[in-house]
Amino acid sequence: MKNKLEQIKEKAISQLSGCDTADKLNEIRVSILGKKGELTDLLKSMRDVAPEERPRVGQMVNEARGEIERLLEERRGKIERAVRETKMKAEVIDVTLPAKKAELGHRHPDTIVLEEVERIFVGMGYEVVEGPEVERDYYNFEALNIPADHPAKDEQDTFYVTGDILLRTQTSGVQVHEMEKGRLPIRMIAPGRVFRSDEVDATHSPCFHQIEGLVIDRHITFADLKGTLAVFARELFGEATKVKFRPHHFPFTEPSAEMDVTCFKCGGSGCRFCKGSGWIEILGCGMVHPHVLEMSGIDPEEYTGFAFGVGLERITLLKYEIDDMRLLYENDIRFLKQF
Amino acid sequence: MNTALSWIKAYVPELECTDQEYCDRMTLTGTKVEGYERRDKNLEKIVVGQILSIEKHPDAEKLIVCQVDVGTETVQIVTGAHNVKAGDKVPVVLDGGRVAGGHDGGPLPEEGIRIKAGKLRGIPSNGMMCSIEELGSDRNMYPEAPEEGIYIFPQEVRTGDDAAAVLGLRDTVFEYEITSNRVDCYSVLGVAREAAATFRKPFVPPAVKTVGNGEDVNDYISVEVRDPELCPRYCARVCKNIKIAPSPEWMQRRLAASGIRPINNLVDITNYVMEEYGQPMHAFDLEAIAGRKIIVRRAEDGEEFQTLDGQMRKLDRDVLMICDGEKEIAIAGIMGGENSKITDRVQTVLFESAVFNGPSIRKSAKRIGLRTDSSGKFEKGLESHNAEAAINRACQLIEELGCGEVVGGMVDAAQPMPEAKELPFRPEKYNRLLGTEISEAEMLDIFRRLEIGTLEDGKGGITLKIPYFRQDLNCDADIAEEVARFYGYDRIPSTLPAGEATAGKLSYKLRIEQKARDIAEYCGFSQGMSYSFESPKVFDKLLLSEEDTLRRTVTISNPLGEDFSVMRTSVLNGMLSSLSFNYNRRNKNVRLYELENIYLPKSLPMTDLPDERMQFVLGFYGEGDFFTLKGVIEEFFTVTGMGKKPAYDPRAGKPFLHPGRQALIKYDGNEVGYLGEVHPEVLDNYEIGARAYVAVLDMPSLLPFTTFDRKYEGIAKYPAVTRDISMVAPREILAGDIEAMILQRGGKLLESCQLFDLYEGAQIRQGFKSVAYSITFRAKDRTLEDSDVNAAMKKILNGLEQMGIELRQ
Repeated sequence: MKNKLEQIKEKAISQLSGCDTADKLNEIRVSILGKKGELTDLLKSMRDVAPEERPRVGQMVNEARGEIERLLEERRGKIERAVRETKMKAEVIDVTLPAKKAELGHRHPDTIVLEEVERIFVGMGYEVVEGPEVERDYYNFEALNIPADHPAKDEQDTFYVTGDILLRTQTSGVQVHEMEKGRLPIRMIAPGRVFRSDEVDATHSPCFHQIEGLVIDRHITFADLKGTLAVFARELFGEATKVKFRPHHFPFTEPSAEMDVTCFKCGGSGCRFCKGSGWIEILGCGMVHPHVLEMSGIDPEEYTGFAFGVGLERITLLKYEIDDMRLLYENDIRFLKQF
Repeated sequence: MNTALSWIKAYVPELECTDQEYCDRMTLTGTKVEGYERRDKNLEKIVVGQILSIEKHPDAEKLIVCQVDVGTETVQIVTGAHNVKAGDKVPVVLDGGRVAGGHDGGPLPEEGIRIKAGKLRGIPSNGMMCSIEELGSDRNMYPEAPEEGIYIFPQEVRTGDDAAAVLGLRDTVFEYEITSNRVDCYSVLGVAREAAATFRKPFVPPAVKTVGNGEDVNDYISVEVRDPELCPRYCARVCKNIKIAPSPEWMQRRLAASGIRPINNLVDITNYVMEEYGQPMHAFDLEAIAGRKIIVRRAEDGEEFQTLDGQMRKLDRDVLMICDGEKEIAIAGIMGGENSKITDRVQTVLFESAVFNGPSIRKSAKRIGLRTDSSGKFEKGLESHNAEAAINRACQLIEELGCGEVVGGMVDAAQPMPEAKELPFRPEKYNRLLGTEISEAEMLDIFRRLEIGTLEDGKGGITLKIPYFRQDLNCDADIAEEVARFYGYDRIPSTLPAGEATAGKLSYKLRIEQKARDIAEYCGFSQGMSYSFESPKVFDKLLLSEEDTLRRTVTISNPLGEDFSVMRTSVLNGMLSSLSFNYNRRNKNVRLYELENIYLPKSLPMTDLPDERMQFVLGFYGEGDFFTLKGVIEEFFTVTGMGKKPAYDPRAGKPFLHPGRQALIKYDGNEVGYLGEVHPEVLDNYEIGARAYVAVLDMPSLLPFTTFDRKYEGIAKYPAVTRDISMVAPREILAGDIEAMILQRGGKLLESCQLFDLYEGAQIRQGFKSVAYSITFRAKDRTLEDSDVNAAMKKILNGLEQMGIELRQ
């Protein structure tokens, strides 16, 4: 009996060592462990074993069976691994073939810059507000210290709808709307579309965008204006950016200034981009004119404030080195996809 | 304004600085220098030479060979010019030198032209004699230059001297951008005063003395101003025995550098004084003035008048005229008349130096269509004192230049002039506004440089006396600016506002718009932008009926042209134009979106501001169809918290969309937008050769349904039961209606129903379609029994039957 078990085991080992497919493995399995298998046959011959011997023999048979099953399992694992290897070998891909992209759309470059500006000012505690694009003369001009007959009214070549209603030429009118609400302090920026009667060419458009800023509180100073806009310039154009303020004139601010930043192409050493000066003009700003505060019901002896206005397209064109403003309104997908 | 630095230095004699220093420092005190150019750019090694002898070139008929004394030596120069003779003094560029341009006066090359010694037809030539064009100028500015050929100096110049210096070219012309508040700086004197203050040098204006003979101007002329509000001051003086001649060289050079062509002494003096004082002057031939009388009055409507350029100009009541006893002789402040213009035979001249109402001149110039240097100055609103100073300066020059004899006295028709302004000196307030600690002494020093007077006010304080030419200084903030710009904007500290913190945020509307952009872009749409105004013709392109309310527009009264004349009432034209632009550039699969306003008038004619409505428009051609767009819209709804299922009503009635492929989008019963395939005729109108689809969401309509709030609902614990049903429905029954019925009848247990098959054609009879839904049921608290599902399914099947739909086996 014992010999027979050993023989079966030996045979199984030798058969398994040459076995390389799942089918053959199954055949071996059936030939030993199947209904008519050798071990099953051996088990059947247990009847002939003396009853007192049966437990010992049974244990021997079970051990042999366990051993064979272990060997079968081990072989099965090897075969499966080999099959997987073969399969993977056949599945090699050319990783340099083109990517399958999810074709995402692109934001307009103006919007990218605008969102960047909004992020900077929201971080400094400013609220982003809006005002009407079709506006009353009062908000666009009069309340900003530009009375009827003021030369600035002509300089801005206004589109009129009626004598009193016009397309706003600047976002500055939103300042007035905010001040009239009577909630102080104010820290706001107002981005939006403005209109001027300029013929379309590479540097002009009758529609464009401005971002107006306004801060009103007690003790706001020109130094605060300088500090705030310096932070803005560094955030937008990079840490190394320096700013320069030049005196200027706007009817609704006094003192007024224009702000230049160091050229973001050459860093200030002078290049074709900044016409050799190292500086690029970016925005106009100033302390809110006391008369403007008064007209909107704010006491200029108690409150002061500063305001600034940025031309969005100007920054977009400079930042992305776009040489023709018309591209912004043609919506050529080959243009938009670059941003 | 362009002015030579030498002219500024005439009034700030101690000024010494490089061009760049001047540019930088003037800009930093508020007189912005736009740019500057050396007048001797590219002029190198050019001297005054005297031609000693001229011989014919042996081998070239058109050339001559000159021996030229250039001071240090005699050089041989071959030239083709024929206007020179022995003894002439001419500009000579020596070997290795450089000139500004060619003799033809074409555009000047950036680097100029280098001149080298060489041979012309075998004869050595060691330099070049120059025309005025080669020196970078022209006969307009140097009227004494010959029409063709070499420039010839007067004999008194010294041989060997720097020719560029002799011609006044060793100078720099600065271009200023003067802000509209600084009317006083539209003049050489104004800028010179700023330069003196900037560089802390003495300002030395010309010493003007009132000249005149023993006669009385009132015997020559009288002045009557009938519209004093349009003419606050009219000064008149008379000069007789006029001798017209060229003006002196120094005056010609200064005018030429400012871009003004020298003409003759009389014209040059008026132009010179206009530049110097910023005060336009006009000269009339006194003989042409009927009745020896000037009347300043408005024109009559419809009148015509011939200006001295020979043009007929149409006038109206708002145009101010200068008239004599019989007729109009000039349009006030804009241009003189043909009938009174100065000729070379003039004997007696009437000078006018007046102040006209700025806005009135601006409007008149615009209406007449004639803007002149003069009107450009008056537009800014001139100051009355200056008119008198300028006319006296002109008379002084007439006398000094020997141009004529000045008649004594001045006719002065003037409104009372405002008193000199006074403002209290409030140093602490200036410092508080600026965020500085500038000392009183430093402030007072700045005022002194600006000619702002200071007076003790008798109460221990100081009063500032504002000079008459500073119309722009009216309040503390104005004075603070004067302090700031001369203290230096760069010296003011940089701080951040103190005070209570504020929450930075975007408005809710803007946050939703940001989501719209995100979703559109996730779905492959790129953002475009379009003009807010368009042509009313687009309504025809969009097949709108004559009565369509979209034709009610906000109309611009002064548009750039018809194409930009109405504010859009729909964003479709912008989108279709963009798609067309791309299609015609052969761009494939173009997907665009815009977020822009439309403008709907509340009433016409307009009295209120229009309703500005933000529109989210998506459009594309190429891969995809109607349902692609529907998908984008539903993604947007999901992301903005619009969790209910939107409804689509095919009866949208949009004439610009395919009649069988359009739908209104409804949310919770409210119309929030529409979508559809663009009508083929509209595609033709926009020259788009592919099917195109658009969707428009009216943001104000859907904003109330949006929210960023979310509540976790749990994840299902019990299994779902799914039943598939297949049916044959009449073709015209909408899937949406079937779904709505299923959702309604399915009850609480119904989780979802999903269309999984739709078929028309063979095996299905004409006019019908095969539709199959997969319906899922689930309970939150238990495993469903068959009986639960059967009851719900029974209701659904009854519903189908009522709709005339058969179940399919």
